[in-house]
Amino acid sequence: MANNNNEHNSRSQPILQIDHLSKAFGNNKVLNDIHFDVYQGDVISVIGASGSGKSTLLRCINLLETPTGGEIIYKGVNVLAPGVNATKYRSHVGMVFQSFNLFKNLTVLENCVVGQVRVLKRSRDQAKQYALELLDKVGMAPYIDAKPRQISGGQQQRVAIARALAMDPDLLLFDEPTSALDPETVGEVLAVMKNLANEGMTMLVVSHEMAFARDVSNQVFFMNEGVIHESGTPEEIFGNPKRQETIDFLARFRNT
Amino acid sequence: MGKFAQLIQDIEKLWDKFGDVYLRGIRSTLILALVATAIGCLIGFACGVLNTIPYTKKDPLPKRFVLKLIRVVIRIYVEVFRGTPMMLQAVFIFYGLPYVTNLQHRFDSIWVASILVVSINTGAYMAESVRGGIISIDPGQTEGAKAIGMNHFQTMTSVILPQALRNIMPQIGNNFIINVKDTSVMFVIGFPDFFAAHRSASGANYLFFPSATIEMIGYLTVTLVSSFILRRIEKKLEGDASYELAAADQLVMVAGTYRHPGKGEHLAERSKELERDGK
Repeated sequence: MANNNNEHNSRSQPILQIDHLSKAFGNNKVLNDIHFDVYQGDVISVIGASGSGKSTLLRCINLLETPTGGEIIYKGVNVLAPGVNATKYRSHVGMVFQSFNLFKNLTVLENCVVGQVRVLKRSRDQAKQYALELLDKVGMAPYIDAKPRQISGGQQQRVAIARALAMDPDLLLFDEPTSALDPETVGEVLAVMKNLANEGMTMLVVSHEMAFARDVSNQVFFMNEGVIHESGTPEEIFGNPKRQETIDFLARFRNT
Repeated sequence: MGKFAQLIQDIEKLWDKFGDVYLRGIRSTLILALVATAIGCLIGFACGVLNTIPYTKKDPLPKRFVLKLIRVVIRIYVEVFRGTPMMLQAVFIFYGLPYVTNLQHRFDSIWVASILVVSINTGAYMAESVRGGIISIDPGQTEGAKAIGMNHFQTMTSVILPQALRNIMPQIGNNFIINVKDTSVMFVIGFPDFFAAHRSASGANYLFFPSATIEMIGYLTVTLVSSFILRRIEKKLEGDASYELAAADQLVMVAGTYRHPGKGEHLAERSKELERDGK
């Protein structure tokens, strides 16, 4: 636990403010009045049962889904206001998907280069060098010439993390990054994520990896039926949960 | 057997006299089919990209209106040119231009007119194929591209279209082969293709069957060779089955993943085992 909540007082403005955010698919309310701030260096884990709205929350933050209410304020600007360039905002907020979503037509290296060249307008050489550096960091440097279909799930996910990092994001969103992986490859992805957290990367992680939530994050949100039911430090949530739903949810995990 | 010998003889006679006419015909047919398929593909890709620009109810009205209009125009184009015979389209466009412009404009080159007609026709078919190709790509690919801040055009050109192209390659090949054969209808506006060569050769000496035999062999040779080349291109687009490892990976915790052999067919490993066991 490198970070703790007290640090927030010294930092003036949050990177991201989620303000009364809601999302409904037709009559089905998936997110209801979500409210929280993300500060530089925060590692927030979002836990909760399937269908509680965790993934939708993340997809709303990255505007892959359009929220039906509330505001997402990035560095003081509401990105849901008309006229705000969603594409530009997305390039500042990285996302790592459950199903990796690496570009299947490109090699590992090209996956990490294409965004830098086309979106950030970096030179090819510069982009390649940076991509190599990041791929080395996630331990995928040997595989630069491989296509996504030729490497394992854990390796694909590490490349996906490098691809997101290549855009120099202010915030990284992880949408169940290890749920689609074989048990033996989960460890390599979590190791990379832990390193990032220790380096001070701001992260919002939706996950079923309770050990990661407990040991790496500085804040834990427990989501239930579209709301943040309980939030606090890992000690508070895992050591001394207040709400009955949280207790029940965690008990189910302990028993397995 | 006597008939066959006579056929050979007649073909030889035809070839001596009209060989270069046939050859020039084949050349024209091939050039027309190639150029028109290429332009048709470009039209198809353009339509596919324009057709799939996403919009939501939240977008401003003018943007929604323009996008909707584009879709309607493309739809009409596709339906009209897919729903009428190419032979008729050729006549319609070739004689239509001077008619509606009061003879101010006309097609000076039969090549321009033919390429135009066949391209537009191919484009109408390709528009639908490309749309299908784009739809068939996993939505995760688009989301991955969006998540790193790519716009629609960048997503299309860097990620979606290369994959769609690979998927619709068989259809492009199909269209090319159809074009090789169907450009024969361009004789109605006087295009000197391979089939037109048959008309001039047989018209001179009434050797219809021997000339048609030459045509059959000629067309079949062209289409078979095209098929073969297209398969090679498809294979090439699929990319290498294996890759070079730059160095060892320290983070992998399972054994045996240092090198992935080229992923073969389903159950390839199993059949190898069976072979080894002599079953």
